[in-house]
Amino acid sequence: MIAIIDYDMGNLRSLENALDRLGAVYTVTANPETIRRSDQVILPGVGHAGLAMDNLVERGLPDVIRSLRQPVLGICVGMQVLCRDSEEAPGKPCLGVFDAHVRRFSPAPGCKVPHMGWNDIRNLESKLFKDLPSGSYLYFVHSYYAGLCPDTIATCKYAGAMFSAALRYENFYGTQFHPEKSGSVGEKILQNFLAL
Amino acid sequence: MLAKRIIPCLDVKNGRVVKGINFLDLKDVGDAVDLGRRYALEGADELVYLDISATLEGRKTFAELVSRVAEAVNIPFTVGGGIRSLDDASRLLDAGADKITLNSAAIARPELIGDIAAKYGRQFVVVAIDAKSCPDGRWHATTHGGSRPSDKELFSWAREAEDRGAGEILFTSMDHDGTRSGYPCDVYAALSDSLGIPVIASGGAGSVADIAAVLIEGKADAALAASIFHYGQYTVAEVKRQLAEAGIPVRI
Repeated sequence: MIAIIDYDMGNLRSLENALDRLGAVYTVTANPETIRRSDQVILPGVGHAGLAMDNLVERGLPDVIRSLRQPVLGICVGMQVLCRDSEEAPGKPCLGVFDAHVRRFSPAPGCKVPHMGWNDIRNLESKLFKDLPSGSYLYFVHSYYAGLCPDTIATCKYAGAMFSAALRYENFYGTQFHPEKSGSVGEKILQNFLAL
Repeated sequence: MLAKRIIPCLDVKNGRVVKGINFLDLKDVGDAVDLGRRYALEGADELVYLDISATLEGRKTFAELVSRVAEAVNIPFTVGGGIRSLDDASRLLDAGADKITLNSAAIARPELIGDIAAKYGRQFVVVAIDAKSCPDGRWHATTHGGSRPSDKELFSWAREAEDRGAGEILFTSMDHDGTRSGYPCDVYAALSDSLGIPVIASGGAGSVADIAAVLIEGKADAALAASIFHYGQYTVAEVKRQLAEAGIPVRI
């Protein structure tokens, strides 16, 4: 059973539909016991990183998440709150699982912010990307990004920045892109995560 | 490199996809879910579903169809047509839509853009502008499927929409829509340069060269097309292959 953490950060329908298409069994929950007992945990998230942290704290979840030993996947803002801190939430520590700082894209000529659409990812270094070639396209929607760090397992380039398209530390994984919206490549990544 | 997006547009009437010229003379071209799934498999980057009957007939939008699309399709999709309130937008979000487009309602009540963006983020709000060139040389936005003039001028309205929280502008030239005669690239380039958010070009593609032109000369971030896909003139994959050969970054 997969636990999708429900902390009021955006619509979960896309993720649920993607898991349904894979035939995966999941529950949507904020209950610490249910989360701890699940085989995999997904921390989704669309919106403001500061609000995301507040909502996790309000539900008593930061320590629950940090203590998980099963595979955990943070998606988009879910990945960002697993980082050390974010320019979107000044002065507010995030979960600190990944040793990355999250900063805002600076607008560059011809590069609009948010970074929205399909971009290619490279330097793939994880079983999460099993059977996927470097240069695969994934769907991104974000204005903030995690810089490169020792936890980086995939890179992407936009607006003059090379950033972490995905991160991993021990059993924790995070993707800046949305695998649930990234066609067959995204489905493969979700399958790979479930097979970890 | 961020890819230019190719977006098939499905105009929906009573659950069926239809296509007409300049929004008239509608022909049935298929089931909305089947066609969307097929385009996604062919490599479409996003889909847009517009309930074209909604505004004209005052019908509410089509949440049930949206749910079925969300279940079947694994790429982002946008829905529009007849969205008049935050509640309408919420229902479509709950049904699984990734974005909504506002058109007539945004012109009637511009604050709606900000209300929806504040709740769901600007990436959720696409403002669609159907504009016609006028004898005074300016482009004027129309409402209700192109049938009514408005007091909004294209460029100032697009900027206002961005300032109010729009995440993208979908501009359709009513002079070109459905004619397969190409896009007005100079207008697109000026619009794209004047905005900090992506511009989606819509209406008028007759060939891959037209699409290439609006993505390069027209500086559009994405191209939306209907006729050339629905009638099997090109598959999405064929369009993208030809764009890639022309050196345009696309997701293959």
